Amino acid sequence: MSAALDRVTRVRGVRGAMLVSAEDGLIVAEQSMEGVKGATVAALAASLAGRLQRAMEAAGIGSSVFWHLQGEQGALLVVPGGNAGGEGILVVAVTEPDVNIGLVRLELLRAAEAAV
Amino acid sequence: MTTHTRAVENWTLQPLTDFVRESSVRMVLVLTPAGQVLAQTGFSRAVDVMSAAALAAAIVASTGELARQLRQPPFAALSHQGRKHGFFLASFSSERGTLAVLAVYDLAVSSLGLVQLFYDQLAADLKAASPKSAVPKQVLAADFERELTDSLNTLFGR
Repeated sequence: MSAALDRVTRVRGVRGAMLVSAEDGLIVAEQSMEGVKGATVAALAASLAGRLQRAMEAAGIGSSVFWHLQGEQGALLVVPGGNAGGEGILVVAVTEPDVNIGLVRLELLRAAEAAV
Repeated sequence: MTTHTRAVENWTLQPLTDFVRESSVRMVLVLTPAGQVLAQTGFSRAVDVMSAAALAAAIVASTGELARQLRQPPFAALSHQGRKHGFFLASFSSERGTLAVLAVYDLAVSSLGLVQLFYDQLAADLKAASPKSAVPKQVLAADFERELTDSLNTLFGR
């Protein structure tokens, strides 16, 4: 798990990454999250994941595979790794605003595969 | 089931209302380790409040004793999770004395992480709001039934 997060945090512009239990919103592993309230991000990301999952089911478009929330001072990137019921692991990255989103997405997907 | 928040001691009302809104918990009790209820949300029957308060007080007492036997400070929080619901029980010190919070949450709408996160805020808000001159009142056995009846009447608007 630590190696999977290593690859994510090695991408330039990634401030930190973590694995979050989707069911209970607790951190499973984290790296380089200085200046980030990890427990808060984990709890709220898991809550958001549950609501997004239900919204997507209601819309009939299946499960989410990647989310990108762009803020003024950075972005929150999440790949849910787990079954269709939303149980499993969320791989979360907190980034600077000018990060290479495609590269981070690729590493998050790899980390999700390694974590499940 | 109502999610209306009622308080025996009014200073608990706003922090508890905020906690319920933020964490999406289903039921909450704020109580003393003796089982005296200060506020509740989500309970529709007095008997349920009585049972939950008695059980929560018993858990606080037994885990406190367990910690004492392990020569540790009292445990800060206890979490128990089932397939659909979880409960979270934690205690903290305030000007009102030690207070415990029992929160029951539905896993479909909340999570342990969310409850823990907003519990920290609740405990801070209750500490800040608790009357500074309050001396924890000793509930004597002789007064217990009357105190309990008065509290339940207040909590259920009788």
